[in-house]
Amino acid sequence: MAAIGAGAERQLSFGEMIRDAAAVALVALGLALPLVGFQTVDRGAGMILETRFGAMFYAVGVIFVGRFVLGLIDAGRGRPILAASGAFSAAWVLNAIFDVAPPIEHVTLGWLTWLVAMTIALRAWFVLRRGARPAGRDGTRAGALPAVWLERVGRLVVPAALTFAVVMPFLPFADQRLVDLGILVLTYTMLGWGLNVVVGLAGLLDLGYVAFYAVGAYSYALISINLGLNFWETLPFAGAVAAFFGVALGFPVLRLRGDYLAIVTLGFGEMIRLILLNWDDLSNGAKGIGDIPRPSFFGLQFTAAPREGVAAFHEYFDLDFSPIHRVIYLYYIILILALLTNWFTLRIRKLPIGRAWEALREDEIACRALGINPTTTKLTAFAIGATFGGFAGSFFATRQGFISPESFNFIESAIILAIVVLGGMGSQLGVVVASVVLIGGPEWFRDLGTFRMVAFGALMVAVMIWRPQGLLAHRDPTVRLPAAPGRPP
Amino acid sequence: MLVVEGVHTFYGHIEALKGVDLEVKPGEIVTLIGANGAGKSTLLMTVCGTPQAQSGRIVFDGQDITRLPTHQIMRSGIAQAPEGRRIFPRMTLLENLQMGALAADPAHFSEDLERVFAFFPILKERQTQRGGTLSGGEQQMLTIARSLMSRPRLLLLDEPSLGLAPMIVRQIFKIIREINERTGTTILLVEQNAYHALRLAHRGYVMVTGAITLTGSGAELLANREVRAAYLEGGH
Repeated sequence: MAAIGAGAERQLSFGEMIRDAAAVALVALGLALPLVGFQTVDRGAGMILETRFGAMFYAVGVIFVGRFVLGLIDAGRGRPILAASGAFSAAWVLNAIFDVAPPIEHVTLGWLTWLVAMTIALRAWFVLRRGARPAGRDGTRAGALPAVWLERVGRLVVPAALTFAVVMPFLPFADQRLVDLGILVLTYTMLGWGLNVVVGLAGLLDLGYVAFYAVGAYSYALISINLGLNFWETLPFAGAVAAFFGVALGFPVLRLRGDYLAIVTLGFGEMIRLILLNWDDLSNGAKGIGDIPRPSFFGLQFTAAPREGVAAFHEYFDLDFSPIHRVIYLYYIILILALLTNWFTLRIRKLPIGRAWEALREDEIACRALGINPTTTKLTAFAIGATFGGFAGSFFATRQGFISPESFNFIESAIILAIVVLGGMGSQLGVVVASVVLIGGPEWFRDLGTFRMVAFGALMVAVMIWRPQGLLAHRDPTVRLPAAPGRPP
Repeated sequence: MLVVEGVHTFYGHIEALKGVDLEVKPGEIVTLIGANGAGKSTLLMTVCGTPQAQSGRIVFDGQDITRLPTHQIMRSGIAQAPEGRRIFPRMTLLENLQMGALAADPAHFSEDLERVFAFFPILKERQTQRGGTLSGGEQQMLTIARSLMSRPRLLLLDEPSLGLAPMIVRQIFKIIREINERTGTTILLVEQNAYHALRLAHRGYVMVTGAITLTGSGAELLANREVRAAYLEGGH
């Protein structure tokens, strides 16, 4: 089978294309025979094996035609194919909407046909566009959106997204489930922003970020329960404890880089979890810590029946009690915390220490030659990243009211890192987009039932193919020139 | 200004510098030439403190810097343009220069910027470009420009001609001379391109397998038969 993707180097002849398509169809046949060709049906009196050869041959036929047409596109016949496949898929959708005539009985096969037509149309479009562009694309920045375009979009999208985030809980369609999802997305956004300091800016691959999340959550729980402090009073302490652990992790790994650093941080994340699991006296082990004080609104409790002498939120504001009040309040707390993280990161990037982080990511040896102390630079990155992780952990503890080591598995670290990488390392906006996609996505896909994780996986693969550097792989310069003559402002 | 006395440096068990003595006087351009692996770069790096000298003394402006950590040495008036144009590729040219000024007083940043752009006019046009998108010659200029941003009294240049076209090499050597003449910056230049380096330098040292074998003025060394045979014959 000749690779279609490499077809630009050598044109396939007509016969070769047919042979190539036939070979692909043969493979498809081999796969489809057991998967599509046979079906077990429960007929009351036990399972019966039915054959579906019609559907199978239809699918194989579609694959044969599709592969052949892809070959034609690479052979330079893109224009008519784009027109044909585009028209076909449009007609298919219109037909499905207005229900003119069901073209094929089997619904899944119908959509498969449509998907193939769409893929062909997209492919033809990409190939045509690439052909139209002058040769010599900037190889170093392949996949990065043009900075100007991104800036223009950013100027519109950021205020719009911010406004949406602020008014979201009061929009008519916002039910408790949606606000809860918003809280989740914002929590991961904040964690992503925190980890972005370490991974995105300082370039230190940290696979154990959840450790600081855990440390923050447990410090919050223990301090607020034992000392009776409220949420805002406890927060700085929890952050400080997390920062301390950040430095404690930082010291032994100062000399490590890349894969080695990743392995050690991974181990650190597991260590914290195992300590919490086994140190019963401190953390209550696997049973976890419950009854963590809920946040109050300037002393007003969010409960239906407050204790004697304590005002409840709904009484004070003369509202009917509703559990959504607390959810909305929590939503705003995490929104403020997340925005604080973002603001802090954006500011610090412009300060010498933030610059030093980025320079350290680029080239450690050059940094030494410029008089940067790599030790303190790395440690501050770990400490600040950990602090934000600790804040997020505190929030998690107060939101759940119950924490146990189970909430701080490696998979959490992986998700947070995935958010940073998917968004484009170092990109603040990218983290938001990625956490909406990664955290919100699986929730929205719930309607797809069993196909939920498949859709999710397909999305990840699509990102890997088309945006391998992350969704928004763009680094904003920290200084700009005042519009120089001869340069567009 | 810089005195290196009996310095031994090891990489593990391998003795890379076998008791090197070298002196650089204020206002001079001194070049260190030698073949691949002779220890030229190691000597330069030892002055910077990575790796640290096992024995011997390195004195800069009367201060013993042998045991200081690198980042402190680099803040004491020495700047280095490392080998292989180690610029920050994802940062813009202007940001690269800002990194160079990290150790300097921010009050005279714009003054220094103008001074550096006067030496390298091409860099002024490229200010907003990312370091990684510059050409090789421009990257080398940026490396030197970046090291000048901290107003060093002693500038260490490690193979500025490496991998550059002959015309660009000539241009860079011309600028090095200008820097020395106009700002009085003392320069220690490590080079394989012996011909250009010796023509430029006031004095030179020849290094062979970790030890200095020959020293003299640039012109003397250029005329020296051994130097010609070992480093110059066969074209420049």
